[in-house]
Amino acid sequence: MNKAVATNTVDLTKIKPYGDTLNDGMIQTSFTLPVPDGDEAWEAARQLARKMGLDEPSVVYHKDMGIGYTYVVLYGKCQHTVDYTKIHVTKVESDVMSRTECEKFIEDNIKRTVTIVGASTGTDAHTVGIDAIMNMKGFHGHFGLERYHGINALNMGSQVPNEELIAKAIELNADAILVSQTVTQKDVHIKNLTNMIELCEAEGIRDKMLLICGGPRVSHELAQELGYDAGFGPETYAEDVASYILQEIIARGRL
Amino acid sequence: MTSKLNLDRRVIDSARSHAKNIAESMQSFINAHTTVSTERTILRLLGVDGVDDVDRPLPNVLVDAIKDAGGLPRGVAYWVGNAVARTEKDPQAIAEAVDAGELDITGLEPVTQAEARAALEPYVQASLKKIREQTVKRNEYLATIGEGRRPYLYVIVATGNIFEDVNQAEAAARQGADIIAVIRTTAQSLLDYVPYGATTEGFGGTYATQENFRIMRERLDRVGEEIGRYIRLCNYSSGLCMPEIAALGALERLDVMLNDALYGILFRDINMQRTIVDQFFSRVIIGYCGIIFNSGEDNYLTTDDAIDAAHTVLASQMMNEQFAVLANIPEEQMGLGHAFEMDPDTEDGFLMELSQAIMAREIFPKAALKYMPPTKFMTGNIFRGHIQNALFNLVAVWSGQSLQLLGMLTEAIHTPHLHDRMLAIENAKYVFNNCRSIGEEVEFKKDGKIQRRAQEVLRKADELLAQIEKDGLFPTIEAGKFAAVKRPFTGGKGLEGVCGRDELYFNPFIEEMLRGAK
Repeated sequence: MNKAVATNTVDLTKIKPYGDTLNDGMIQTSFTLPVPDGDEAWEAARQLARKMGLDEPSVVYHKDMGIGYTYVVLYGKCQHTVDYTKIHVTKVESDVMSRTECEKFIEDNIKRTVTIVGASTGTDAHTVGIDAIMNMKGFHGHFGLERYHGINALNMGSQVPNEELIAKAIELNADAILVSQTVTQKDVHIKNLTNMIELCEAEGIRDKMLLICGGPRVSHELAQELGYDAGFGPETYAEDVASYILQEIIARGRL
Repeated sequence: MTSKLNLDRRVIDSARSHAKNIAESMQSFINAHTTVSTERTILRLLGVDGVDDVDRPLPNVLVDAIKDAGGLPRGVAYWVGNAVARTEKDPQAIAEAVDAGELDITGLEPVTQAEARAALEPYVQASLKKIREQTVKRNEYLATIGEGRRPYLYVIVATGNIFEDVNQAEAAARQGADIIAVIRTTAQSLLDYVPYGATTEGFGGTYATQENFRIMRERLDRVGEEIGRYIRLCNYSSGLCMPEIAALGALERLDVMLNDALYGILFRDINMQRTIVDQFFSRVIIGYCGIIFNSGEDNYLTTDDAIDAAHTVLASQMMNEQFAVLANIPEEQMGLGHAFEMDPDTEDGFLMELSQAIMAREIFPKAALKYMPPTKFMTGNIFRGHIQNALFNLVAVWSGQSLQLLGMLTEAIHTPHLHDRMLAIENAKYVFNNCRSIGEEVEFKKDGKIQRRAQEVLRKADELLAQIEKDGLFPTIEAGKFAAVKRPFTGGKGLEGVCGRDELYFNPFIEEMLRGAK
């Protein structure tokens, strides 16, 4: 078995989790097994952990879930490593500007009002994401797009059919469309986002407007795979979205 | 009760009096109108059930037929009563005959309103009897096997599959939950019909159907008998089918239903005329059958700021209370909503949350207050989220909340996993037990931060209610005073299902139910 060797040097070609000693590989996990609480359940958890690549698995807590199922908290040492030097992640390539910088950028470079329409579409009833980006108040001290001088932001709310969002974007000759998706059970967001792209292509606006999606389970990589220009996940705010849109308007010469 | 917050009784009375005037000013509008969903509710209570060969519920088939013939203003009770008098069929057989194209329900020789009423009377009484029997059954359970202590532990299940939901609900009940809420599939609030039968496919929740209600009720009764604690069942009397679902809840002995006079208007963009008419009938049913309603004020704080807009929550609670009074709902069944939604980085935020929660209790001393957990500032940091929920639980036991919707550490990540719910129950039980008497022991500094916060929120709520009374409720919503959401009088979904009543209109259930279940 691979014993952790005391070292202070991180080998970036072979990284693994850190608990309290470099390369100890410590991982904590918790899960429920559909078998009664007891020695057999704990052993099943340990065997499962070994199959997941965790050495020396240890069940530190277990609890009967009331219907013959068992919850465990388990620690183990990860055997696997990852080569950090070979990592490639797709990211939104734009400099993030503050709200005032965005406003100045519009004044200096775009010289017209930028129109952005957004909605939580399909069956999704959650507006927390689109509200955080678009509404005046924004989120957590980051003002939303409605507050930006030079931006005409229209938040259509929740459960908006993709068709209605597209129709409104065409009517307003929007620069960008924001699609928010919060519910991800059974990948319903993927189906809806894909449907949106297909409709945009059918309407012939795919190459005329920036198509952007966002949500807690959305990444830029996923967005690009689905055919969007960009995707914004957790911990992104109005200024991230605005900066991207404004710089793309210049880059694509859509003045 | 002396006020720990040193609240001015006169301000409370003033706010309540404004709210009363607002609710009463809406009643003349309500009494002059009906809706397709209100009419379908009458049919469901008369026993019309089932679907046609393309899965259209028969209550929809019959109401649509009457509406297409221009008969909606007279109401289905008249038309069905007339058809019963003329054909001697029962309401179900009449609906089937209309569906089969064998009966032109508005084309029969008309009887008088009194004759139509008399023809329906046996079906109305049979329905009311059935509902009262469910109330008796609930009271029997409470008297024999008992119930959990307040705050009741309220958890949700949301698998989309009723047969999976019952397993999760059973597990939660065995872990200590007192109330199981079955979250609805995400788009159901905008369906203008109630789906039929047991369902296994839903997103973010499970369809509310009569059969799904029955399946869950049966399981919870069985588990409750085994563990010696009555388990309450909750669902949603909201959306375009608000009163219909209340009727199904009454028939299948639900105990708690989400039901708000304004929520659908603000958050689902349902037309305000439609909602105001529908909420009245739904509340009359809820009041009659002993269901606790939960209003949705907590939602205001997800779209608006929890500190700045706290008074809108109180103002709306006051209005929900007065709408409930008009629907003859006892105070003990008023599950007025509020929430723990301030940004956790706020200095002394906990003090303000505590102040507002105690304020709600002092202003609505008998209400079954429903307290909602943090959602907006749950981040995916499950460990911090678990602590936020612990603080929320502390405020709840301190302020004597009635229904505690347990926060999930995985809020903002996924619908709860089996063990997420277990951890939430464990968290609440720990805090409730460890701090049980804290509310009786602790008093607050005179004119300190906690007292001043509640006084300020109350004062602003009173001012807002005075303004609404002056402007009218519909214009206030149009102006975006609640939840920072603006809705037009003739906009939104479901307006085409609203119409004025004519002189022969009657709704036998509203009349009977307002007399009470005695």
